[in-house]
Amino acid sequence: MSEYTIKDKVAVIGVGETTYYKRAQAPVSEFRLACEAIIKAADDAGIDVKDIDGISGYADDRNDASRLATALGLKHLGFAGMVWGGGGGGGSGAVGNAAAALVAGYAKYVVVFRALAQGQFGRFGQAPVTNSVSGAPAFTAPYGLYVPAQWVALRTRRFMHQYGINQEPLAAVAMADYYHAQFNPRAVMYGRPLTRAEYDKSRWIVEPFHLYDCCMENDGSAALILTTADRARDAKQKPAYLMAAAQGSNYRHNATVENSADYASSNFKTLAPRLFEMAGITPKDVDCAQIYEHFSGAVMISLVEHGFCKPEEVMDFVTYENIIAPKGKLPINTSGGNIAECYMHGLELVNEAVRQVRGDSTCQVPGAKISLVASGPMVSPVTDLIVHSI
Amino acid sequence: MAQDSKSEIKKYYLPEGLPAPRAARTGVDKEYWDATKRHELVVQKCNSCGAFQWGPEVLCHQCHSFEMGWQKVAGRGRLYSWVRCWNPVHPALKDACPYIVAVVELPDAGNIRMVGNLLGDPHQNPPFDSAVEAVFEDHPDATLVQWKVTAK
Ligand SMILES: [Zn+2]
Repeated sequence: MSEYTIKDKVAVIGVGETTYYKRAQAPVSEFRLACEAIIKAADDAGIDVKDIDGISGYADDRNDASRLATALGLKHLGFAGMVWGGGGGGGSGAVGNAAAALVAGYAKYVVVFRALAQGQFGRFGQAPVTNSVSGAPAFTAPYGLYVPAQWVALRTRRFMHQYGINQEPLAAVAMADYYHAQFNPRAVMYGRPLTRAEYDKSRWIVEPFHLYDCCMENDGSAALILTTADRARDAKQKPAYLMAAAQGSNYRHNATVENSADYASSNFKTLAPRLFEMAGITPKDVDCAQIYEHFSGAVMISLVEHGFCKPEEVMDFVTYENIIAPKGKLPINTSGGNIAECYMHGLELVNEAVRQVRGDSTCQVPGAKISLVASGPMVSPVTDLIVHSI
Repeated sequence: MAQDSKSEIKKYYLPEGLPAPRAARTGVDKEYWDATKRHELVVQKCNSCGAFQWGPEVLCHQCHSFEMGWQKVAGRGRLYSWVRCWNPVHPALKDACPYIVAVVELPDAGNIRMVGNLLGDPHQNPPFDSAVEAVFEDHPDATLVQWKVTAK
């Protein structure tokens, strides 16, 4: 095992989130949402907000770390960092960066957060309207190729073609997310169960994605607090220790105009081996997983690239029965995830992994000790992590 | 010329109103957009090591030479992936759905990939890896490169 590791050196000691709203429904500003979630996470951790001395973000978050530190009256700021890249790819990486800052001694309590108010700002699922376009988008936008649903669909369809996969694994993910959300009062789709018939007859967004294969668009904020293992021992909550975190990309994954060297990929192939090596476990040791699903089709590819099944086994492994809590072989997205809890760019998935290993999920997997998070498939960089309880 | 299901002749595959491609200010892709106006397909090829490269970049990812050249290639490829789009992601597409976006690999150019629309019936289900050929679609400001299936 590598001498350089963050394994068990830091822990998540608190999680929090605002009310999750449908898109443009938040009654307050995005910045206020961020502040509320951070305060809730600190309360959950049992620490004074003002003792936070590190702020870690991702996805080009609009809520500047220094403005947050000022508004929250932090005594000082020892670390402020951001994972490169837009979208949800950085969710686990922001936790990894927080861990690095803690192990390096830059800070003692680091908050990781994400805030979104798509009413106050623009929507993700719609193209900006301009007269002309240059650079890489000049080769795609004039053909109506604009948004993540389409990019993910193109890669997903190639993967499905290569391995003889039909709609079933996609439907399983959407149905599992909705099923789990029915137990989660935080979930935007709580009280809104989905039947398979409704899934089947829902409109296409872009084939192979029906409406219910797509993440929602939401307003809200989520946050979590990390500290060093020695400080975590005195925490109010059972600590969720970070076993491993990884970030990065395959070779030339981000080549423009759909030129990734390995096209039908979630971009985890070079990360997952590093993640499991640092954690010192294998995929079969994982009790439940939170697999970023901006679009359902990406999930099976992320599962394959993390070694949970072979591509030829997807049709047998990624079934509704196998992926629902509490009894599935590998329950995934047990809070409802991006599709049915809240599209908080996947930070809701990190909070759910923490809740699972400390035993207070709304869809608890009995005895869950180890949970894996895979953030933002197909973008670059992507990131992942594993938490466990001791 | 593309035809819709009512067999009315359409000038373009997608309606007008989508943004027109414009060569980057840096000049990195000027040759490509100049060539499409001549109904030629050119791609980046390194003058030093001969590697093909797409999308255009200021240096070669293989040998790091900044002397990137341009190679004329045949307008033929294989249908690497395609999707049928039903959601109007731009106001100009409000009445244009469904339409097909294709990713085409060019075996004559190191298997680099290009994006275009797949001409013809938007409800067609062409097999993956079908042979396709380029069709140049002239707009006032630029010429797009579309694709159509030639053999399955
Ligand atoms: Zn070269």
